[in-house]
Amino acid sequence: MSDATGDARRHHLAQFNVGRLRGPVDSPELRGFAELLEPVNALADAAPGFVWRLRDEETGDATTFRPYEDPDVALNLSVWESVDALRDFVYRSGSHLDAMRRRREWFHPMRETYLVLWWVPAGHLPGLPEAMERLELLRAIGPGPDAFTFRDPYPAPDAEPAPDADRATNAVPTTNTMPTTT
Amino acid sequence: MTDSASGPGDSRSGGSRSGGADSSASEELAWVGVLGEPVRLRLYRYVAARGVPVGRAEAAEAAGIQRTLAAFHLDRLAEAGLLDVVYRRTSGRAGPGAGRPAKLYLRSPEEHSLSLPPRAYDAAAEVFAEAIEAAGAEPELHAAARAHGEREGRAARHRLTSAAATQDAEGAAAMLCAALAERGYEPYTDQETGTLRLRNCPFHRIARDFPPLTCGMNHELLAGFVAGAGARGVSVRMDPRPGECCVAIATAATSGTRSKNNND
Repeated sequence: MSDATGDARRHHLAQFNVGRLRGPVDSPELRGFAELLEPVNALADAAPGFVWRLRDEETGDATTFRPYEDPDVALNLSVWESVDALRDFVYRSGSHLDAMRRRREWFHPMRETYLVLWWVPAGHLPGLPEAMERLELLRAIGPGPDAFTFRDPYPAPDAEPAPDADRATNAVPTTNTMPTTT
Repeated sequence: MTDSASGPGDSRSGGSRSGGADSSASEELAWVGVLGEPVRLRLYRYVAARGVPVGRAEAAEAAGIQRTLAAFHLDRLAEAGLLDVVYRRTSGRAGPGAGRPAKLYLRSPEEHSLSLPPRAYDAAAEVFAEAIEAAGAEPELHAAARAHGEREGRAARHRLTSAAATQDAEGAAAMLCAALAERGYEPYTDQETGTLRLRNCPFHRIARDFPPLTCGMNHELLAGFVAGAGARGVSVRMDPRPGECCVAIATAATSGTRSKNNND
């Protein structure tokens, strides 16, 4: 699976996750969370392999984006050079791992899959509709080359970078041997 | 030679493949026979405890045997997949005239376990983890881990305190190290930061698949453990490092607060 880290030059890894907050970001219950937003975001911005993250110009974070019907569902949308770069930040940096350890203080548990990864052509910055669609795809059919997870990563489509190709088949490029999920 | 194992290195030299679905059962268990030789076991333990690649001469000296004999046993351990081999110039020079690179050995990250009769605790742990995540029962997991750690810490203190010469901070740190070593954490003191680091993650596989859940549990286990062990001035914090346990422990004996405890 070592090639699942992808080709940093031609494709980047997009990441989208959602979480249902236990209250408003400025409420007393979420004080610990709110205090961590700025330092942890700064850590992400400086992390090796970080490319971009969705942020509100005013707040500098993404907590003001609430595209779902449930207004408590907050999100993160970011782009990284590789799965390993993202994994190193999420699970191998002390501050973020410590925040994740405490996530239940601030987030309700989610029955549904709450994180999705997918490859984008380098330079492409995904929008929220695209991200929400990928999460829906993952929830509908499980991990595949167009929507996957840390536990089931798929390699970047190096051989056939076809961003405008019909995605309906969710098929794997012929050059690799990963199983399809269709 | 007293090689009782059935030729573990005959078919695959130095191959450390995980899974090994295609290898026969006897081949999968070859490492058990390889470790059956007491000298080899001693060499393996020495290399594993060093945490950095070890040369033949150093290993030989540590085991109290000749270099050629150590080389033989180290290579058997490597063939069985228990050790990995790296080549490195130790002279500090490069290019022509620098000499041949030395053959160094370090513990293989490949996991070996043997349970008779067969047990599948890993599979159970995975299901537990999935259920805890789905239920959002992390607070209950943390509370259980904290209480469990405290119990174990108290038991360790009763058992090991007599071994520690004193009750001061350094004695407490030594006791803590011994108790953590018993649990497979492989503690060592990071000379740069003065903190107690844990070279091995006893929950590696489940931690890889469920990092926040498992590392959070481990954090509480260790926090409870040091509290139960009565180690004063000790703080436990998340500080993941590649290939190591995600938790670091700052002890009174190593964190520069030693003077405070002089009169204890």
